[in-house]
Amino acid sequence: MSTLLEPVSDDVEAADNIHQNQYLTFLLGAEEYGVDILRVQEIRGWDSVTTIPNAPAFIKGVINLRGTIVSILDLRERFGIASVDYNELTVVVVLRVKGDGKDRIMGVVVDAVSEVYHIAENELKDPPDLGYAINMDYMKGMATVDNKMISILDIDQLMSLKDIDDATESGEHLAEG
Amino acid sequence: MSIDMSQFHEAFFEESFEGLEIMESELLTLDVGEGDVEIINTIFRAAHSIKGGAGTFGFMNVSEFTHVMETLLDEMRAGSRRVTQLTVDALLESVDVLRTMLEAARDKNDVDEEMVAARYAVLNDILNAEGGSSVESGDTAEVVAESVVATGQQVWSISFIPHADLLMAGNDPVRMFRALSELGELDATVDLSKLPPFNELVPEDLYLSWTLQLTGDVSKGDIEEVFEWVEDDCELSITLLNDATAEATSGSAQPELATAPVEASDAVLAEPEPTVKSTELEPKKKAVKAKKATESASIRVGIDKVDEIINLVGELVITQSMLDQAGEDLEANAELSASGDCGSQKTNADILLRLSKGLAQLERNTRELQDGVMRIRMLPISFVFSRMPRLVHDLSSKLDKKIELVVAGEETELDKTVMENIGDPLVHLVRNALDHGVETPAIRLAAGKTETGTLNLNAYHQGGNVIIEIKDDGAGINKKKVLAKAIEKGIVSSTDKLSDSDINNLIFAPGFSTADVVSDVSGRGVGMDVVKTSINKLGGRVVVQSEEGKGSVFTIRLPLTLAILDGQLVTVGGESYVIPLIAIIESLQVDRAHINAVAGKAEVYKLRDEYIPIIRARSVFGLEDCIDDLHESLMVIVEVDGAPVGIIVDDLQGQQQVVIKSLETNYRKVETMSGATILGDGTVALIWDVNGMVNVHKKKLNKGAVKA
Repeated sequence: MSTLLEPVSDDVEAADNIHQNQYLTFLLGAEEYGVDILRVQEIRGWDSVTTIPNAPAFIKGVINLRGTIVSILDLRERFGIASVDYNELTVVVVLRVKGDGKDRIMGVVVDAVSEVYHIAENELKDPPDLGYAINMDYMKGMATVDNKMISILDIDQLMSLKDIDDATESGEHLAEG
Repeated sequence: MSIDMSQFHEAFFEESFEGLEIMESELLTLDVGEGDVEIINTIFRAAHSIKGGAGTFGFMNVSEFTHVMETLLDEMRAGSRRVTQLTVDALLESVDVLRTMLEAARDKNDVDEEMVAARYAVLNDILNAEGGSSVESGDTAEVVAESVVATGQQVWSISFIPHADLLMAGNDPVRMFRALSELGELDATVDLSKLPPFNELVPEDLYLSWTLQLTGDVSKGDIEEVFEWVEDDCELSITLLNDATAEATSGSAQPELATAPVEASDAVLAEPEPTVKSTELEPKKKAVKAKKATESASIRVGIDKVDEIINLVGELVITQSMLDQAGEDLEANAELSASGDCGSQKTNADILLRLSKGLAQLERNTRELQDGVMRIRMLPISFVFSRMPRLVHDLSSKLDKKIELVVAGEETELDKTVMENIGDPLVHLVRNALDHGVETPAIRLAAGKTETGTLNLNAYHQGGNVIIEIKDDGAGINKKKVLAKAIEKGIVSSTDKLSDSDINNLIFAPGFSTADVVSDVSGRGVGMDVVKTSINKLGGRVVVQSEEGKGSVFTIRLPLTLAILDGQLVTVGGESYVIPLIAIIESLQVDRAHINAVAGKAEVYKLRDEYIPIIRARSVFGLEDCIDDLHESLMVIVEVDGAPVGIIVDDLQGQQQVVIKSLETNYRKVETMSGATILGDGTVALIWDVNGMVNVHKKKLNKGAVKA
């Protein structure tokens, strides 16, 4: 059986010639961001969370995801974009994050999910250096689809524990002040 | 057809370690002198299975080493060797070496060859010491031959004394001799001395024995291979005749095998003693502690526990169908009343009663099932206690003390994870009791006590906890010395007012040691602190009570399991939190009259006759604290490092058993929390780590950030 199937998939690869990835995009205000769809575990509506004391403001808290404790991160606050009230459109994208030698499951709060796009590797452009405006480590690249600009995020960098640790320190300071 | 043997390795290691434990415990019960044959047999059998298994799985070093031990044991079993303290000690140490070798094989580490070689030497010395003077040559010569490198033409002398029943197993000496003659030039001499008169002869029995001489380029292994199948059914000795020393004893002496002069052994055995001492256990310790990463994650579960769970599941099924039936009846009633038919036989009230009964039963089933499943992870504490007799045996001879170990409550069950982590602290406490607690016989006699000190090891259940007591009847804690030392080390100041129990518990402070001489047994001052930390990490507590001159009791209180915890639900800032019940001393309503401020910031509360610090949970969590006056606030008094601390919470809710979930899996460690749990309504509640709470509080207090 497998001998029959393999050439077919090869043909498909060959026809496309360029490796394509699928990206799920979501909205933060007017901006559209994309993440590798293979890293998306599920999308769920916003539900109340249990807050973690002394955590940085962008860590909203933890939820019970079918028996697993999953932390929830607000991407607006992570990027320092003015936060909005959560409404019925607000969703949590649950992602599998790699880092520190283990996989973690974390959720990000975004305004709404948008589309799933096929983006070829060569369509991904390096992001321009924006100085201090945004940490470039989080960016995997930028792409243009239907005349819209989409920022593709490197979620492993974005949600790395190291960063959260540092942030917690400042979070504590904030809490104290 | 190659079978992947590695799939059986785990079982082999598990069995081997069990075998080692048996050997160890039996060796400890073995009396010096005659030696109970049954005990020696048990040890022998354990060694034999390890040897067999190791051979099968290709751990040749293990099987060879065990073989030497087995030889020694075999001689003891046959009564041709007396059981001396020396041999028992040598065997015990060999068990350690064997354990190290097995662990190395399991973890695919390199084994410390030097240590193994040293142990070989000791065993061989013992074996040879005997062989040199007595007639029983047995395998003695074999061991000597082992070291000889096989080169060129060799003359081997093989003494082959089959047991009478050798033929019964289908073995034929003639066939073996033929195989031998293929290896080289064979010369056989038969010994007919045991042949009975014709009328007493049993045709199936073998009365003959042989002395064979084999010349050729043959290694000992080749010869052994021929005798592989009859190894256990005969007395076999293979000697290299080129080696002049080994030859002398083996050739002439075999026929009178069983009549080895026993009196010779003691005199000879005194000699190798220095060797035993010089190869002390230093390398062993290193190797043993090296790595336990691949420790098998399987547990053996008693069939009774599994049956119990099956029963409970059966009950659960019954309950489920009962509820199902009630539900169907309700539905039917609803349909009937909709169609206006009032002839329903069962009233709704009736069904409701059954429904609530079923729910109550479901609750009980669930709880019992939970208990049952938990019990799978429970192991009797004897797993840890069984290490102690050996420890006491070794230490008491090292310290020249006479100590009797009394163990009780070995069947008390404890969670596997807790068990794995309580072993080292317990060993340390026992060491400590032997080293610092029990006095030397001379001092004991002078103090009017019996010469032999007693160490009691006791375990029992109390509530949801396991209590382990380590009690000695030694000198007890010298409070003056402890206090002086603590002041010297700056742990407390000389102006502090300390109760007796406070002083006793100072020994758990970091960097504390009263031992005048730092020995390798204890006294480096890291121990008790580590003991306390590791017990705390398990969610347990340790306290010491002591009376000078009478002895000390260390009491360890541990949770039954790490997976479930009895908690007190509290509310702070609108969120529910769980405080482990084991940490809570009491909860009370604050009375304004008892609050005092110190230095304008730290608050203390007068609880009966002591002052305890007050911590506001809200400020620890960085929340707005709108309460100025704590009057009538709720305070939970918890124990942190042996001292009570009051934590102000917004509200107290009920007590509840909660299942502990890790926060670290998908987030990271939170200093004030030890984990999380899911409450009945599906929401997450965090579980407090009261030590962490106090730490964060102190940090904030130092920064002056907390109004307290």
